[in-house]
Formats: sequence, structure tokens, C-alpha cells
Amino acid sequence: MALPAKKRDDAAALLAAHPAPVGESRWATEAREQAAAWFLETGAPAARDEYWRFTNPATLISAEPPKGEAQPAEEPAIWSDVERIRIVFVDGVFRPDLSDDLAEENLTIEPLSDALSVDIHWARDVFGLLEGRGQAPVPRPLASLNTAVARQGMVIRATGKVSRPVAMRYLHEEDDCDAVIRHVIRVDEGASFTLLENGPAAARFNKCMEVEVADGAEFHHVRSQGREHERRAVTHIFARVGANALFKTFTMTANGRLTRNECVVEMTGDNGSAHIAGCCLGDGSFLHDDTVFITHDAEHCESRQVFKKVLRNGATGVFQGKILVKPGAQKTDGYQISQGLLLDDNSQFLAKPELEIYADDVACSHGSTVGAVDPTALFYLTSRGVPKDAAQDMLVLAFVDEAVQEIADERLADDIRARLQAWMARRRQG
Amino acid sequence: MNALDNVKEGVDQDTVDAVRNVGARYKYGWNSDIETDYAPKGLNEDIVRLISAKKEEPEWMLEWRLQAYRRWLTMDEPEWAMVHYPKIDFQDQFYYAQPRSMTERPKSLDEVDPELLRTYEKLGIPLKEQMILAGVEGAEEAAAEGRKVAVDAVFDSVSVGTTFKKELAEAGVIFCSISEALREHPELVRKYLGSVVPQSDNFYATLNSAVFSDGSFVYVPEGVRCPMELSTYFRINAENTGQFERTLIIADKGSYVSYLEGCTAPMRDTNQLHAAVVEIVALEDAEVKYSTVQNWYPGDEEGKGGIYNFVTKRADCRGDRSKVMWTQVETGSAVTWKYPSCILRGDDSQGEFYSIAIANNMQQADTGTKMIHLGKNTRSRIVSKGISAGKAQNTYRGLVSMHPKAANSRNYTQCDSLLIGDQCGAHTVPYIECRNNSSRVEHEATTSKVDDDQLFYCRQRGMDEEEAVALVVNGFCKEVLQALPMEFAVEAQKLVAISLEGSVG
Repeated sequence: MALPAKKRDDAAALLAAHPAPVGESRWATEAREQAAAWFLETGAPAARDEYWRFTNPATLISAEPPKGEAQPAEEPAIWSDVERIRIVFVDGVFRPDLSDDLAEENLTIEPLSDALSVDIHWARDVFGLLEGRGQAPVPRPLASLNTAVARQGMVIRATGKVSRPVAMRYLHEEDDCDAVIRHVIRVDEGASFTLLENGPAAARFNKCMEVEVADGAEFHHVRSQGREHERRAVTHIFARVGANALFKTFTMTANGRLTRNECVVEMTGDNGSAHIAGCCLGDGSFLHDDTVFITHDAEHCESRQVFKKVLRNGATGVFQGKILVKPGAQKTDGYQISQGLLLDDNSQFLAKPELEIYADDVACSHGSTVGAVDPTALFYLTSRGVPKDAAQDMLVLAFVDEAVQEIADERLADDIRARLQAWMARRRQG
Repeated sequence: MNALDNVKEGVDQDTVDAVRNVGARYKYGWNSDIETDYAPKGLNEDIVRLISAKKEEPEWMLEWRLQAYRRWLTMDEPEWAMVHYPKIDFQDQFYYAQPRSMTERPKSLDEVDPELLRTYEKLGIPLKEQMILAGVEGAEEAAAEGRKVAVDAVFDSVSVGTTFKKELAEAGVIFCSISEALREHPELVRKYLGSVVPQSDNFYATLNSAVFSDGSFVYVPEGVRCPMELSTYFRINAENTGQFERTLIIADKGSYVSYLEGCTAPMRDTNQLHAAVVEIVALEDAEVKYSTVQNWYPGDEEGKGGIYNFVTKRADCRGDRSKVMWTQVETGSAVTWKYPSCILRGDDSQGEFYSIAIANNMQQADTGTKMIHLGKNTRSRIVSKGISAGKAQNTYRGLVSMHPKAANSRNYTQCDSLLIGDQCGAHTVPYIECRNNSSRVEHEATTSKVDDDQLFYCRQRGMDEEEAVALVVNGFCKEVLQALPMEFAVEAQKLVAISLEGSVG
């Protein structure tokens, strides 16, 4: 079918609004040109697209970013007690003055613009490549836009066990700003690395991250998407997971008008493991969309998707998850659970949990439920003297905890739990 | 319990027989040598007019068809289903074929071409009035009194006979071909036709609206419990013919009807098109049970030939406390594209969907259901069992939607897939939309292969591998088979075994 003119025009307008950087190395320029061409070919996402049926992308693709009021940054920042290497971005721009010294054993960190200007660089085998592999069978146009135009971000390589996590913090100062950030990460064979992210970043935020997890490597990712009512964000993670490797990502979202988090994972080595989890607490004019696509292309791999959404006052939670088991990916163990908890009658939960399986010796299952707080459990707690509000909070926290438990590091998980609790308490007062 | 034992025994015997006759894979694959009148090949307004004229339809019906045809010209074929087939040339089809002996409408079954009657005999359909299906009834119910089933048989494009008319008329039930209904009960047809599946619904439904040739019409008046099961048998005989039947079932307040549908077609190298529409209207307190055993010719092992089965089936639970139950056993067709759905409009209405879809060799099935909850306290239940073998692809695609006003509604969905062999695929594409918080939606899906331990157990007790697989698969489908009317359950169990022939070893 011919591409509708609007999709093409929107794509062209977005490319015009974000000029691609010049003077980079040849391989980087080529990758960017390829992405731009693909973006024009597939067009900007539209509400009629199957992959956007639950989430209207209009405000993500307008040439001008929508209005967004910057709010004071959360202090203290989450994970303040955890020893970490801090990297700060303000309105999507790297600020070395606010960041820690980037030198660390077994780790190299360099700004994106530096890495892409070098003629011979390892990032050449990751940048634009993993994103490109993730464009089929479903195009992810906003990720190609990111590849084509992103100027900011970090290129990180872990060559051994990294003792401290890297914590990226995205601050938002100028009201109506539009940020595009790209990270390129490689975790070498046998290495392990943890990445933390938090903060609202901008009025509109397009972030894309490519992660190559080599054989036997471990990558942990925990993020808390900042508190700001007007924030609109689209993020992509493209990961390739090697043999005996572990890939784990968890996202907490407690605010924002529109958030679309896509995670595309390809399991290419035997015995690999991928866990993608997330929880969101939505209140009012809030739409949160998790779109996950896991491809099993090797034997004995395991994948988990655990998503919990608590919604009230007209909030919308969306989950689109897919497990694709390619021919020959025998002994795959795939599991997917998506649950919505609706605290009132105005909120909605929309889900499309898919399985596409071409191998017979597999165990794949998915479950999806949606409903209200269990009145029996609520009654049990109140009959034991717990005030009703507190009882409800307790049940909500218990509901989301299955997702939080996916975080391997307890300190990080506890901080997430504390934030969730604080959010619940604040909601109760306001 | 005895009844089940009976059924089980029957199946085992038939499975054994089936395995023995490996040569005759598709037992309905013969072709009857019946003189057939075709309308000219291709589709245009004149063909639509011709079909309408042949049926002596009222003017408004012709207008309705033409409107659909014009709409169809502006539509594109749907591409979202997980099925792949060469593009269909809609001009290379006959849109109307009828056995020549039917040109002059027979006054009674005696006047029907004996070759045609033999065809039905071969199909095992009790077309003659006195024929009563000896049901595999429960032993308690003393099988002496058989079960009556009224049959409407549709051969290529026309209905060739409806049995038990008199008895049904006494109860006030109207059961006839839709062409007859258009002549004799135009007010009912006009009121309900297209009210559940509108003309513009989708590409194939629109095509059907323009060219549908025949089908069954059922009206069960207020408070009547239809005295027997109604049944339609569809058969495509003529080559290059598309069959476009249209079924309309109206269950008035407080009525009950159970309707069975079976289909077969001869083996041919070319693909044949089948695009049917079924509309069900259930008014207050009415209950409709619709069961299908779809056994169109699936094509040969290399995927040559077979029926393209693009069907739109929808029930509208218009009245409060109405209930519709879809049960389907899908074993045939090269490509299946079918989503029997329920619109639960009335408060406290119920929709149920039980499905077994078996795809073997090169078959492709994309099937499922939609449960649209609009009324309060509505309930739906979906049990879908998909079985893939050979190089087949089997997809469950479904929608459960709870509208903001559908307070206190419930849905439970279970879809399980079973894979036999490493060349096939099983897919699940459910859509879940919940827009109020007093409702509960639960969805579960699993995909697995035939359990080796179970197979080993059966083999150890002397079954051969094929028998063992058939037994395990029948167990896997049990929940759905139990929802079928008894005669159908037996047929379906046999079909399960036959469809899987050649899938192991």
C-alpha cells in the first residue's frame, strides 16, 4: 500500500526540524543517512497504524514540541545512597561540569559526538545496526529518527566487571524543550555492567539505546521515568543478547502525559536470558504504553515480561508484548504477564499480548488480567484495623511488587519501593 | 458417563479405520456429475442483477445488493491476518451455479435430481423426512427415541431442500432458504438483514452482501423452544465456483434454537472461494446455540487446491438475558479467516465461544472471536484450542472489549496451542480492552507440544503412534468437544483423528 502523504510529510518535517550533525566519520554518516531514508520510507507513526492503535502519536511527531512546564528537580535524587558514577544531562545536553569523572576500571565512557567522529571505533558494529535489525517485522520510525539526528548521548563499553553503576540523570530546566538522546552500549564477553536512569529530561524526549550483550555478559538496567505532568517521552531499547548472557531491564513510571517505552530484544545465543519488567502508576491525564518484542533465535533461552499498571482518574495503560520463537529455537521458555489494576471507573487498560511460535518443543505462555482491587482482601485488612486508604495502598504495592522483584540488586529495588510508597501517600493527600 | 464411554469407543474404532485407509485422506473429496447452470464468469453489476432476478427478489433487495457491490469496489482486501495466499482474481470466478434440475423449482423432494440425493446420501445427510439421526445419546435417555434434526441443504449456490417443514411450522418456527424467506417473509428479512453485519463491514462481507446466492433463514417466535435441532449442509460441487451463503437467525423473546452447520467440497487442484455471512439476532431471554463442523477440502499435502474460507459470523445479543454460544470445529479449508463474534448489548447477556482449529499439511487458519461487552453484567467465555501439524500455521486472534458502561462484566479467555512437529507454527494475537473497573478480564494462553510422557504411556499400551497422538489431541480438545451437540461431537472427534493423519512419523 502506498504510504499516506501525511506520514511522509510528518517524517520530512521532523527531519527538517532536527538537522543531522555534520563532520562525523563516514560509517556514522552512512548509518544516519540509512536511518533517515528508512524513516522517510516508513513515514512518521500515525494513529491508524496497528502498532499505535492504543496510543495516539500526534504529540510525539509534531514539528514543534508541545508545551511543557519544567518543574524543580526531585531532591534527593533516587539511588542517592548508592555509590555510582553520575552523568547529568540538562534539557538533553551533557553537562560535564555537573557530572562525575568518567574514568572507571573496566569501563570507557565517551560522548556520542566524539565516538561517531572516530574512523575506527567499536561502536560502528552497534550504532544504527541493532536499531536497524529491530525495524522488522514492525517499523519503529521514531527510533530511526533518533539514529538519523541524535547528537547527545553516551557511548559506553564495559570490558570486565564494573563495580559501580553508571547513573544518568536527565534534568529539565527550559519549559518547552525537545531532547533527542542516543546511547550505545557494549558489554564484552564475561563483563557485567549496571545502568541507572532517572529524570524527566525535557518537555518531549526521544531516547534510544542500543545494547550489545556479548556471550556470558550481564547487563542490568533500572530506570525511573521522572515526575512531571506534561512530560511526553518515547524511548527505545534495542538489545542483542548472546549465549549464556543476561539482560535485565526495569522501568518505573509514575507520571507524564504520554510515555511510550519500546523494548526490542533479540536472543541470538543459546542459554541466554532476558527479563523486561515495568510498573506504572497513572493518575489523571496519563497514558503509558509498554511495547515489547522478544525474538528467540537460539535454543534454551528464557524470556520474561512482567508488567503491572495501576490506573486512576482517567489514566490509560497500554501493553503490547510479543514473543516470537523462530524455527529451530527449541527449548524456549517464554513467559509474559500483563496486569492492570483500575482504581476507578474512568481508567482503562488495553493489552495485546502476542505469541508467534515456529518451534514445537517450547513452553510459552502469557497471562493478562484486569480488574479492581480485590474487595475481599480489602475487607480482610480493614477488619484487622488497617484504615481503608492504607489498606488499598498496601494492596497496590503488593500488586506491583512482582515487577519490582525483577530488579536483581535489592538496594535499587528498595529505593523504587520507597518512591512508590511516597507516590501513593502523596496521592492520598492531594 | 456412559455416553462419553460410547463416544470414546466410537472414536477409537474410527481412528483405527482412518489409519487403515490412509489412501482416502479426505473422504468427501468426490465430485458429483450433476448438470450445472452457471452465470457468466466474473463480477459486475449485471451479474448482481442476474442473481437477484434468478431469485425473483423484490426491488429493494436488488438495490441493497447493488449498494453493497458499489461499496465493495472501493474496498481493499484485508492483509492483517497471518495467512498467505496468491492474490485472488475475483473476475475468474463463477458467482452463481445451480444444479440444472433446480431450474424448475421442484415441488417436493421426489422431483430432485436423484444424483443430487445420492450426493447427500454419500455425505450422510438425512435429507428425507423420515430419516432420523440415531444419536449417540446417553444410555440413561434410552436411545430408542432418536433425535430429530431438520436439514436445509445448500448445493453450490442454491438451497435444494429443507426437511421437517411441517412440524416446524406447527411450532411456528420458520426454517427455509433465504431466497424463500425473501419471497415469503420479506418484512422479517428486511428488518434484520444486515443489521448485525452491515453491508460495509469488511471486504468479504460486502462481497457476500452483493452476490449471496442462498443460505438459511430461521425465525423462532416468542417463547418457542424449537422442537428439533436445525441443520444446514453446504457443499461446493461445481468447479471455479465461489459459494456465498448468507444465514440469518432470529430468536425472538424467550425462544431457544440450536443450529448445526456442516460443509464439504470436492478435491480440486484450484482454490475455491467461500465467503459466507452469518447473522444472529437474540432478543430478550432468547438463546441460540450455533455449532459448526467445517470440513471444506483443505488442499493436498503440497498445499495444492483447497477452499479459501473467509467467513464473517456475528451474533447480536440485543435483548436482556439473551445468550449465544458459538462452537466450531475447524478442520478443513486451505485458508481460514473466521471470527464468530458476540455483541453483548443487552444487560446480563452472555456470549460463549468454543473452538477447535486444526491445521495440518499446508493449511493456514486465522480464527478467533470478538466479545464486545456493552451491557451491564454481561459475561463471556472463550475456550480456543489450536492444533498445528505438518507445515501449517494456526493463529488465534481475538478481541475482548469492556465498554465504560458494561459494569460488572466478566470475561474468561483460555487459548491453548499444541504443536506437532517442528515445521508448523502456532500464534496468539489477543486484544484486551477494559474501560471500567467493575469488570474483570482474564486471559491465559499456553503453547506446548504433545507431551512425550503421555505418548509413551499410550505406546506402551499397544497403540501405534498415530492413534496415540489422536487420543492425546482429543483429550486436549475435550472442553470444546463437550460443548458440541452429541452427534456433532462424534463427528468432530473422528475429524480430529482424520485431520491429523500423516502428521507423525
